[in-house]
Amino acid sequence: MTPTRLSEHVAAADIVSRHRLRIWEPIPWILLLAFYFVFPRYLGFGVELLTMILFALSLDLALGYAGIVTLGHAAFFGAGAYTVGMLAKHGIWNEPITSLILAAAMAGAIGLASGLVLLRTTGLTLLMLTLCTMALLEEAANLGAQYTGGFDGLDNLPIPPLFGLFEFSPLYPKTQYLYCLAVLFLCFVLVRTLAYSPFGHSLTGIRENTLRMHAVGAPVRWRLVTCYTISAAIAGIAGGLWAQSNAYVNLSTLGLDRAATVLIILVLGGYGRIYGAFIGAVAYMALSHFLAKAYPTAWQLGLGLLLVVIALFARNGIIGLWDQLTRRFFAKRAAP
Amino acid sequence: MIFDIDVASMLLGGLAAGMVLFIVSVGLSVTMGLMGFVNLAHGAFAMLGGYVIVLSMRRWGLGFAPALALGFIVIAAVSVVFERLLYARLYRAAELDQVLFSIGLVFITIAAVTLLIGPENQPLTLPDALQGQIDLGIVHYRTYSIFLIVVGVVIVISLWLGFERTRMGAQIRAAVDNRRMAESLGINIGRLFTITFAFGSGMAALGGGLGAEFLGLDPQYPLKYLVFFLIVVAVGGLGRVTGVFYASVLIGVLDFVLKKYLPQGGTLFIYALTILLLLWRPQGLFGGKSA
Repeated sequence: MTPTRLSEHVAAADIVSRHRLRIWEPIPWILLLAFYFVFPRYLGFGVELLTMILFALSLDLALGYAGIVTLGHAAFFGAGAYTVGMLAKHGIWNEPITSLILAAAMAGAIGLASGLVLLRTTGLTLLMLTLCTMALLEEAANLGAQYTGGFDGLDNLPIPPLFGLFEFSPLYPKTQYLYCLAVLFLCFVLVRTLAYSPFGHSLTGIRENTLRMHAVGAPVRWRLVTCYTISAAIAGIAGGLWAQSNAYVNLSTLGLDRAATVLIILVLGGYGRIYGAFIGAVAYMALSHFLAKAYPTAWQLGLGLLLVVIALFARNGIIGLWDQLTRRFFAKRAAP
Repeated sequence: MIFDIDVASMLLGGLAAGMVLFIVSVGLSVTMGLMGFVNLAHGAFAMLGGYVIVLSMRRWGLGFAPALALGFIVIAAVSVVFERLLYARLYRAAELDQVLFSIGLVFITIAAVTLLIGPENQPLTLPDALQGQIDLGIVHYRTYSIFLIVVGVVIVISLWLGFERTRMGAQIRAAVDNRRMAESLGINIGRLFTITFAFGSGMAALGGGLGAEFLGLDPQYPLKYLVFFLIVVAVGGLGRVTGVFYASVLIGVLDFVLKKYLPQGGTLFIYALTILLLLWRPQGLFGGKSA
């Protein structure tokens, strides 16, 4: 077999098998489950971690796979959180699982509506529009104090037990942790399936070369809108989970801070890679948990330096660095 | 008659705010138009300039005008270093990398200022001549606002002349319209950009100092006003001095009027208007070609 044939063969084998479950893929899940037993005192932190992983995963779909550069993804997180919060606080509906579905529907609807008009633009305009949409929602939540609690938000949300059996206890968030883990797993399966489906590949195609995708007849805009809507709905679920596990919702779910945080998490882990959200969230949340409270200014300084370094030298995040290292290692071994 | 005075003072206040917006944002518009660099850290240069100006006045007893000049020079010099060492590496990078880089720079600046100077607001002490009220015939108004309007008008006229009448200005316009063509005509884009960037950052520094009186000056400044600066640039169009001027005045006055008649939902209205405008004209209200 000639060398070109061989590489073609390898590439073909990769294409047929890339969606298959890798041997290490259960490991993150085992670790997340183990966390529940090993660190019962840190479950509150664990819940925060899980919601951020889910949020970053939703952003990965839009930013990493479809290449939609957005600064306003917290709009959907907030929409989900406020849907759950307002329905519960005003005594309309508070059953956890159906509330989450409603949160997803609400965020998805906002994603669809804004995506339909926003995704006609690109570049700076798109960036500005996503930013403005988020600012608009934040301002609306601030002003509609009658319904949203305004600046103070809504607290003491009455969240009934899950399946009528498992209490959401604010001090020992055991139920919340397992509940979040289960929801995260379901959403992850969805995102993974999507990412490796023909739909996912066409998204990658659009990210890499929009013009060519137009030329081969792919319905570019509809693909983008669909992806944006799904991503928004998942972000809404993450927001809903956040509101349910904390039993409150406030403006912090909607702001630029949260949007920037999730972007940093995803970029830190590596975007366009299905486990980037996990690695990034664990690294970021662990660091921020121990540093941010004790040395907030130094933490911000470090974060800034980290971003600059990532932008200049490590564009694919931690996973990208790992890939480079292993590749270099194996390259050395292969060429003695 | 009361109504007239009300309208006049509202217009003057809005104009003064618009001038500050213009002085800060004009550099952002030109550098974004020239290099297509999404520089979210522009407000950081404005803040640093404000600090240089306010602190040099308070600690060294510098006059207002020399302090403004010092702020301009220091920030312009600092930004040359940043541009050559860091920004220049990312001109051809993806938008996301530029966004991350400049957000990182904002965080670094905020943290550094908090550590070195402190988190509190730094008030600007105006010289006596600019305090108090001035009689304009139909209406008494704050001297400082009138001063800002005069300064703003002088700056916009000189920038416009510089842009339209000098060789350098022609080169910048050419590069904004068609960078490749300008490069093949032998215009040194790299050098052009360094100069423009330094000048734009110096202007931002001036704006930071001039606006400190009503925008405040604390470490959160670059994040607090980021959206506003970006809106001005997006509405005004990239790389358009006059466009940014009209947009700044429009938004400054609109903000004042809305605060008066719609004290609750003013900001909401501006965001909504910006979204609609950008959907209608993605290149901005005054932008020429589609960006």
